Amino acid sequence: MALLHTVNKSPYERNTLESCLAHVKEGDVVLLIEDGVYAALKGGRAADTLSSANGVKICALSADVKARGLDGRLVDGVEVVDYAGFVDLVVETDKTQAWL
Amino acid sequence: MSDVKKFLYVNRKAPHGTIYALESLEVVLIGAAFEQDVALAFLDDGVFQLVKGWDTSELGAKNFQPAYTALGDYDIQKVYVEKESLEERGLSEDDLIEMVYEDEDDDWAEKSSIRIVSRQEMAEIMQDSDVVLSF
Repeated sequence: MALLHTVNKSPYERNTLESCLAHVKEGDVVLLIEDGVYAALKGGRAADTLSSANGVKICALSADVKARGLDGRLVDGVEVVDYAGFVDLVVETDKTQAWL
Repeated sequence: MSDVKKFLYVNRKAPHGTIYALESLEVVLIGAAFEQDVALAFLDDGVFQLVKGWDTSELGAKNFQPAYTALGDYDIQKVYVEKESLEERGLSEDDLIEMVYEDEDDDWAEKSSIRIVSRQEMAEIMQDSDVVLSF
């Protein structure tokens, strides 16, 4: 039972990402969307939190990454997906949990 | 004009996730028309508003970043950016957009409006203002 977790809040303003990562299981996918993508910014404090997630695939939504000027500035290991990729993730996993 | 007040617009939110950044810009532009002493402060997630290279085409939203660079034309000369907020986010001044104004006391020389200040200095800037508007 793989879960897709979406995180849409900045890790510098809310504890949403932390709470999400505390509840993920191996094989799950975490998709960063909206202000959630700031978690993947290279050199940022939140990037350390993100790298603590083992056995979990981390993705970031391309439109939100680009809109914020973060294209090419994300930590290694984060897969950038477009809207179609978002849909694929929803289909591939058993259910989706949105961490609001 | 003896009744000029020092206005400080405090920006603490990231640009696209909420409407605060855009609303702040609107209010700053309105305020600039009243010939007050205007300063902008960017701290916490507000520093993300000034990170250069926005491409909002895929998002399908308006790219309002050019509006920040136009603030100099409205005689906004003081843009304070908190150093600690940048560092916590892995950012430096090089990652920010250029913001300039023309200095009428120096033969209209183009100068940077951005001033990187410490958290301590930011606290003093807040103390020193007559009116603080928060976004």
